[in-house]
Amino acid sequence: MKPKHQRLVLALVAFVALIGAGFIAAAALRDEASYFYTPTTLAKAQVEPGKAIRLGGMVQKGSIVRGTDGVSITFTVQDQEGEQNVAYRGITPDLFVEGSGVVADGRMRADGVFVAESLLAKHDENYVPKELADIDMTAAQQTKDTLSK
Amino acid sequence: MHRFANPARFLRLAKPLTPALFWPGLVLTLGACLWGLFGTPTERLMGDTVKIIFVHVPSAWLGMGGWMAIAIASIVQLVWRHPLAGIAARAIAVPGATFAAICLVTGSIWGRPTWGTWWVWDGRLTSMLVLFFLYLGYIALSSASSEKGDTSRVAAVFGIIGAVNIPIINRSVIWWESQHQKASITLGGSSIDDAYLVPLFVSVAGFSLLFGALVLMRMRAALAEMRIEARMRRMAED
Repeated sequence: MKPKHQRLVLALVAFVALIGAGFIAAAALRDEASYFYTPTTLAKAQVEPGKAIRLGGMVQKGSIVRGTDGVSITFTVQDQEGEQNVAYRGITPDLFVEGSGVVADGRMRADGVFVAESLLAKHDENYVPKELADIDMTAAQQTKDTLSK
Repeated sequence: MHRFANPARFLRLAKPLTPALFWPGLVLTLGACLWGLFGTPTERLMGDTVKIIFVHVPSAWLGMGGWMAIAIASIVQLVWRHPLAGIAARAIAVPGATFAAICLVTGSIWGRPTWGTWWVWDGRLTSMLVLFFLYLGYIALSSASSEKGDTSRVAAVFGIIGAVNIPIINRSVIWWESQHQKASITLGGSSIDDAYLVPLFVSVAGFSLLFGALVLMRMRAALAEMRIEARMRRMAED
């Protein structure tokens, strides 16, 4: 084996081992490195009330109820399998609408409601012009469905 | 492989190639940015904020692609001892770091109105910030090498190790729940409307050509510097 080939094999083995190590480390971090719980993972995680956590998911259509004081709001966050009721007091971000993504900082209350202290909107991967929104939303949804299959 | 090892031959090729990449790159980049800014509709939820993708996405692509190029050049340097590979890797580092920084800054500016925050420590943002720091480390390490022009082997090893971060950035939004949205453009298709997608591709092409021109310019400058030093050394010896 020529020294050049030896170096090539060494470099490739090292490269593959490193990438593999990265993948293994990342997979091990799977749960730890998630930025938030989804309603499904939250239900499994058995988080005790009062512990600061983050919850993310989609705002369920028709679930937003605004209080009479103008700043209180309750809504339901859902993912594919689970849902979680959320209460919040404060101004909601501009992108906070039904059917869009949301990430909330807060704590579980003893009665099972998630009390949010801050809300961030989460944008999805669809980019749709305003005037086409009504027509294209269905198209975008179809694209998304095909992609996730 | 070693056909271009001769710097004179490389320079003969690089000299006409530099403007051939630079001018079309500049025209495409400026054209795509103007098109993106004035010629695309406002977005359903984001309004005009969407238009930052025409800078953000090419920067992210070049920030990550730059490091992959450094890793490949580093392997070529270590395995084949190709004299130009180290110079190429070093020439990529500064533009690569710049585009990684542009990606972080434009993303932050977009995040404030869209998400409601400048920064969150989720998988995508954190791994991209790590990439920027890796670039700074690489630049420091390769500049610390005593031999001018020729990148040290330590830097090459660092360039290969750092490539671990690239698939992590790419997969971060799939492996972990993140604030950042999932990929819009995948092998299976795109969830970006054509009104944005077409100027976005033009912009990516333009920025990439500019990047190539910048790297060639920096390689030529490094070679010129090496030649000056060699001549000075000869003169000092006489």
